[in-house]
Amino acid sequence: MPPNAPAAAPKDNREKLLERAMSRHQYSGDALIEVLHTAQELYGFLSPHLLTAIAHKLRLPPSRVLGVASFYHFFSLKPKGEHTFTVCLGTACYVAGALGLVERLEKRCCKAGTTTPDGKVSVETARCIGSCGLAPAVIYDGAVLARVTPEGLDRELERIGAK
Amino acid sequence: MSVKTLEIDGKMVTGMAGETIFSVAWEHGIHIPRLCHIGGISDVGACRLCMVEVEGQRKLQAACLTQIEEGMVVRTDTPRLKAHRKLIVELLMAERNHICAVCVANGACELQELARSMGIDHVRLRYRFPVFPVDTSNERFGMDHNRCVLCTRCVRVCDEVEGAHTWDVFGRGAGSRIISDLGEPWGASESCTGCGKCVQVCPTGALFDKGKTVAEMRKDRGFLKYIVTAREKKQWIG
Amino acid sequence: MTVEDLLEKQTEETERQAALENRILCCTAAGCVSCGADGIRGAIAGEIKAQGREGKVEVCGTGCMGLCSQGPLVLSAADRKLYGNVTAADAAALVSPNPIDRQALAPREIDLGAPFFIKQTKIVLANSGRVDPERLDDYIAAGGYQALAKALNEMTPKETVEAVRKSGLRGRGGAGYPTGLKWELVAKQAAPVKYVVCNADEGDPGAFMDRSVLEGDPHRVLEGMAIAGYAVGAQQGYIYVRGEYGLAIQRLQTAIKQAEREHLLGSRILEQGFQFRIDLRIGAGAFVCGEETALIASIEGKRGQPRQRPPYPPESGLWGAPTLINNVETFANIPAIVEKGAEWFSAIGTANSKGTKVFALAGKIVNTGLIEVPMGATLREILFEIGGGIPSGKFKAAQTGGPSGGCIPEQFLDVPVDYESLARIGSIMGSGGLIVMDETSCMVDVARFFMEFCMEESCGKCIPCRTGTVQMYDILRRMTTGEADEDDLAMLKGLSELLRETSLCGLGQTAPNPVVSTLKYFAGEYEAHIRDHRCPAGHCGLEAKEATR
Ligand SMILES: Cc1cc2nc3c(=O)[nH]c(=O)nc-3n(C[C@H](O)[C@H](O)[C@H](O)COP(=O)(O)O)c2cc1C
Ligand code: SF4
Ligand code: SF4
Ligand code: FES
Ligand code: FES
Repeated sequence: MPPNAPAAAPKDNREKLLERAMSRHQYSGDALIEVLHTAQELYGFLSPHLLTAIAHKLRLPPSRVLGVASFYHFFSLKPKGEHTFTVCLGTACYVAGALGLVERLEKRCCKAGTTTPDGKVSVETARCIGSCGLAPAVIYDGAVLARVTPEGLDRELERIGAK
Repeated sequence: MSVKTLEIDGKMVTGMAGETIFSVAWEHGIHIPRLCHIGGISDVGACRLCMVEVEGQRKLQAACLTQIEEGMVVRTDTPRLKAHRKLIVELLMAERNHICAVCVANGACELQELARSMGIDHVRLRYRFPVFPVDTSNERFGMDHNRCVLCTRCVRVCDEVEGAHTWDVFGRGAGSRIISDLGEPWGASESCTGCGKCVQVCPTGALFDKGKTVAEMRKDRGFLKYIVTAREKKQWIG
Repeated sequence: MTVEDLLEKQTEETERQAALENRILCCTAAGCVSCGADGIRGAIAGEIKAQGREGKVEVCGTGCMGLCSQGPLVLSAADRKLYGNVTAADAAALVSPNPIDRQALAPREIDLGAPFFIKQTKIVLANSGRVDPERLDDYIAAGGYQALAKALNEMTPKETVEAVRKSGLRGRGGAGYPTGLKWELVAKQAAPVKYVVCNADEGDPGAFMDRSVLEGDPHRVLEGMAIAGYAVGAQQGYIYVRGEYGLAIQRLQTAIKQAEREHLLGSRILEQGFQFRIDLRIGAGAFVCGEETALIASIEGKRGQPRQRPPYPPESGLWGAPTLINNVETFANIPAIVEKGAEWFSAIGTANSKGTKVFALAGKIVNTGLIEVPMGATLREILFEIGGGIPSGKFKAAQTGGPSGGCIPEQFLDVPVDYESLARIGSIMGSGGLIVMDETSCMVDVARFFMEFCMEESCGKCIPCRTGTVQMYDILRRMTTGEADEDDLAMLKGLSELLRETSLCGLGQTAPNPVVSTLKYFAGEYEAHIRDHRCPAGHCGLEAKEATR
């Protein structure tokens, strides 16, 4: 499931869990992407501090670690908001008017790919989340919403008290 | 090693098995344009300026990565290839901010020379005018992202020859940018040894020597060959 | 588990299921889950308890049943009745032994004799919607792992490769390379270590075939990979799954564990000498990682940037070792080919395209969902018979092949869908995304949409693709806002040529395809945007601007 959910593991445990993930792969540099997945799941995002620690442990140049982390859209170098709307911009959703949904969220919250200054809402886009039959689709905090309308988004935003 | 004979632009030439079209052509005075290739480090085939036509092949081939074969017939300078190369250089000119008149590499820039030799006096594409910083935090050198063509010569020389791997590429696509270490200013880099090899190989004025004026900015791009040969033949002292 | 155990298990499980009064199958694939399938399944389970029907009625989740647009779907196995738009309130009626109770459901019964069902031929999807993807026994009851047993016991690796070659199967990941030839290339390498990789990165932004196969019938893919490992001499396999596919990842993990426990994967498979392990690698959101050399770089923990080929992966792939890379659907065809034989498979389809193809139908079409048809079916059959036609308005174009494909106009509706025919009309088979557009879709904007995708997904390594897609996108965008002129159109064509001929990998080389195909069949729309600042589809909002001028 999308790992934007807030860190489930207790704080003190996270370091241990990350260490375990690295040792499972014998601290091999080849496992960088696996380790970054685990780190992001545990901490929600990849801070410079975390990246440095991973680079040291896997004995990789820091620039290579950041190069990989920044190449993949899944990895986030900044903290995510309390709630995340991911609008699907795959072909089926585009044909069904998904651009209108992005427009609405950008107007009410913030530009796609960013988080509102108060940390309440992150707006993201994705390419085909596999629910084309239900287009246009939005992933809202991990759950797929089907046949979404701009008005439906308005209602949800009101409910969570977004400005 | 076996010798292979092939034809490049109507000229019969020979080379060793394993050599690329690019190097055999240059040895015989046929200068195929290039930006990402530089002798002494690995090739990545990124700039696509060296594309050539090989008879019997449907697709164009990157000369820097294609090994010669017996009886090959290669053309390096057809109208189609010229048109493609010109457009590639224009794309680069439009991508960032290459204002030659105020560049330290003016006159010593491989991009400028390519444009000049192709007779490019204006760019048919819209300039993107991205906003990029200039990093002058390093004591001796500077990095001007506005002039970077993302050839990754600096990344490769630093990794393969100096062994420091200070540089890498951040992000992807049009958002790509060269970084040192964790994206800190170059001057704060812990891995950089200050050897300056990246400055020497950079084809443009992106990496520059702070001490030098425009007239002095002459890069010695042949030095790599010596270092690498010397290393392979264990000619290092000590 | 030995081969005998496998057969015994099959009989045992088949008899157990037959002894039940009813099995209620709930589609728990992504589509139905997003309209509440999990709750329905829970409600049915609750009803079974409440009505004291445990041991007589059973409920289980399945993979995609195909008709996503009418989800949530529930199938009552005993009387073979399929219901659509089911709610939790229907649970009691579904479980009840009294047929009268079912009558309330009658209006929502879906006719299984409708063209949507009877016009399909299912090989890859044979089990999807019928077996519980989380139960190995279900797959075994359906004949699972018997193809692997057959290969190990009755065929040499060479004969296995030969069977695949003879079947005429071609890669389902897009390019259609003959699968048997690829296997042969890997098999003949003398290296001690080889790898088998399943490409489950499914990047086409309007396609969910591979996802459905993995979610609905994961063991089939594992079995296909194990057979491949045996045939080419590899002991390690990787499945590179798109990171967004959480459910598929979870089901694959479960399936691998189950298969290892029963010695259907891992060491001493079926208690014999052959060993084959499968590990998952999770993608991290980059379309270009579907390209095989980028995929290899990504498994090695690097930036997913393609490299020049040759050398091709069969010679030098993962960590320099010979590597077989096939698509999910390609592997999913293997068990059936081994079990039923090459002749059986090659009898389906056309002269050069054998077997079936799975398509994800979406866009302006009545039956959105997942279908599998023999190669050579016409678009008209697929869209108007199986797909049920266009909901309102008129058909304009069908898009296949996603960002690497093209738009097919009405005049080609009767062209058979196979690799060659689609290429001839300027599109490609692609991986199976099939998006239908009606006259409200603007073809210039469609081209813009795909170019934006390629621009965002370009890895940035080579100049033509990295900067060319930006310029092409900019021109297309300005066309949709009425700011482009004839020179822009000429430049668009020049850039198309450049990208096609000089880009390093398939992404850049095929990025111009949607532009080229729409320019070919809908040139008038481009002209209207450029000359008259008018959008014939009324999509780009140019008229409004015109009026206020
Ligand atoms: C940009 C790009 C994206 C691709 N994406 C996929 C993909 O998502 N899934 C896939 O199976 N093949 C994809 N391919 C094709 C693969 O490179 C490769 O040809 C294929 O996995 C081989 O398997 P097959 O022979 O079974 O089709 C892609 C190719 C390119 C150039
Ligand atoms: S800084 Fe210079 S050498 Fe490095 S990528 Fe940019 S242009 Fe190439
Ligand atoms: S064509 Fe595009 S995706 Fe492929 S290597 Fe070049 S920049 Fe990367
Ligand atoms: S296009 Fe949005 S779910 Fe597929
Ligand atoms: S020199 Fe060959 S691609 Fe750049």
